[in-house]
Amino acid sequence: MAEVQKTQENLVYAKPRLIKDNVMHYCPGCSHGTVHKLVAEVIEEMGMENKTVGVSPVGCSVLAYNYIDIDWVEAAHGRACAVATGVKRVAPERLVFTYQGDGDLASIGIGETVHAAQRGEKIVVIYINNAIYGMTGGQMSPTTLPGMKTSTSPYGREEALHGFPFKVADMIKVLDGTCYVTRQAVHTPAAVRKAKKAIRKAFENSMEGKGLSFVEFVSTCPSGWKQTATEANTWMEEHMFPVYPLGDIKDI
Amino acid sequence: MKDVKLMKGNEAIALGAVNAGCDGYFGYPITPQSEIIETLMEMKPWETTGMAVLQAESEIASINMVYGAAAMGKKAMTTSSSPGISLCSEGLSYIAGAELPCVVVNVQRGGPGLGTIQPAQADYAQAVKAPGHGDFNLIVLAPNSVQEMYDHVFLAYELAFKYRNPAMILTDGVIGQMMEKLVVDEAKPRMTEEFIRENYGSWALVGNKGVVTSLELEASRQEKVNERIQAKYKALKENEVRVEMTDCDDAEFVIVAFGSSARIAAKSVEILRAEGIKAGLLRPITLFPFPDKQLQDLAAKGVKGFLVAELNAGQMVKDVRLAVNGARPVEYYGRMGGMIYSPGEIAEALKEKLIEKTK
Repeated sequence: MAEVQKTQENLVYAKPRLIKDNVMHYCPGCSHGTVHKLVAEVIEEMGMENKTVGVSPVGCSVLAYNYIDIDWVEAAHGRACAVATGVKRVAPERLVFTYQGDGDLASIGIGETVHAAQRGEKIVVIYINNAIYGMTGGQMSPTTLPGMKTSTSPYGREEALHGFPFKVADMIKVLDGTCYVTRQAVHTPAAVRKAKKAIRKAFENSMEGKGLSFVEFVSTCPSGWKQTATEANTWMEEHMFPVYPLGDIKDI
Repeated sequence: MKDVKLMKGNEAIALGAVNAGCDGYFGYPITPQSEIIETLMEMKPWETTGMAVLQAESEIASINMVYGAAAMGKKAMTTSSSPGISLCSEGLSYIAGAELPCVVVNVQRGGPGLGTIQPAQADYAQAVKAPGHGDFNLIVLAPNSVQEMYDHVFLAYELAFKYRNPAMILTDGVIGQMMEKLVVDEAKPRMTEEFIRENYGSWALVGNKGVVTSLELEASRQEKVNERIQAKYKALKENEVRVEMTDCDDAEFVIVAFGSSARIAAKSVEILRAEGIKAGLLRPITLFPFPDKQLQDLAAKGVKGFLVAELNAGQMVKDVRLAVNGARPVEYYGRMGGMIYSPGEIAEALKEKLIEKTK
């Protein structure tokens, strides 16, 4: 097949300029790739590519610095909000965000997250909640749903044994240091458009010094959930959204 | 112009941080070092030099804030005491792995566990051998006066940036709490953004899309990282050993002691000399790198034996024995748990353990 010449006329979609050419390690149907793309687009559109510092976590997105072409610092497991605090306090002119999963943020890093929010650090927290530890092979996380089977809850999560799913955004919203708390998803084109606006608002809040913005993405993990990409999207809508409903939770 | 002040060792650390051009201090209260953050909060350096000062929610958060600030090429600092330093271990390992400079102060207390708030030197081995996981070392300085508490902040930053490695000032409740004269040097301005870009742009996050990480999934590349880090320690051993020797020229018996112990041992040397015993004192100022060569030279020169005095169960004595390598007897005398020896106790121990035994 002859290669089709790319021109302005036939170009309908392009990879964002700040997404690097490296092959992503994310599984098909995982939400990370789409959220990465939105973050890259917003940074480019705001003209902040040389002024942004991302803090990557330990988890599936540990290598986020291989994909988005900005300054990055890779934090220890759970410590991203503390690292971001250190960055922002000595470099207030920079746009600083953390990118964390539910194991990193809601489990081992909940203390750092709550205190950064309570202090009103002028940072953005991007929180990928797929209710499972993806990188280590599908263990139960604080946000795993009741009854959900994982490698450390092989008979399904039992509240009596493992406690309840952690609704982090609902807890974060009561802290006076937060200015914007929202729950988004990227499972449909309409959701993706909304999600991008949420990221933009959060980044603008941060540069206006309004406080901490918390953008949760209810996300899929087809490999961890042992589902196909499309099954995972449907399962998320049917099971995750009732526990983690989408929409703005706080906006001041 | 030089200014002379009377202040506590802990206060001298705080003043040293501001005057050394520190950009960000992150700390959590713990006895016996809380005066450091209290002094900084009272000084309000954010209104003068622009230095950020923040009370973190834990020592874990403090050291990770230090990591973030250090990644920006800035002078970052935290201070704590023994239990809090244990909590910093993880972060120190990441900072060393990412090859970033920073300064950490440990105003030691007695342990283990919550232990006591009285002074000890029980964290020597932790500081020089095992400050965290994964085969790395800290640069470790051991001040013995309020003046050195201040001066070592400058020295710690100099070495930390030169070698891109965390530096620790290992002190204790004696030096932290006591008041002494301090001659204050002229303050250094904080580094400008241009200076950081020009000098540290190859590793710091200056907007050039850099990555600060300690992660390397390819074992062969991680080995190269480890080799590069180990090469720095070799260079430190060759170039940066600092030691103070008192009455060692004609000494037959040498006491080896650091920090507060060295102050007490200096008096022990006077007592022994008054009794006609040719005693001397070797005080390591850098605990890492350790003064191996200086000890070997003394052993070769005819020193008959060494007594290591330390406020722990015998930690540094092992390093002295390694350095002397069996050439001369090396004995230990110590107290633990916040108890401190008198100069006379050390002098008696030297006579009992070295002189009577070598007769």
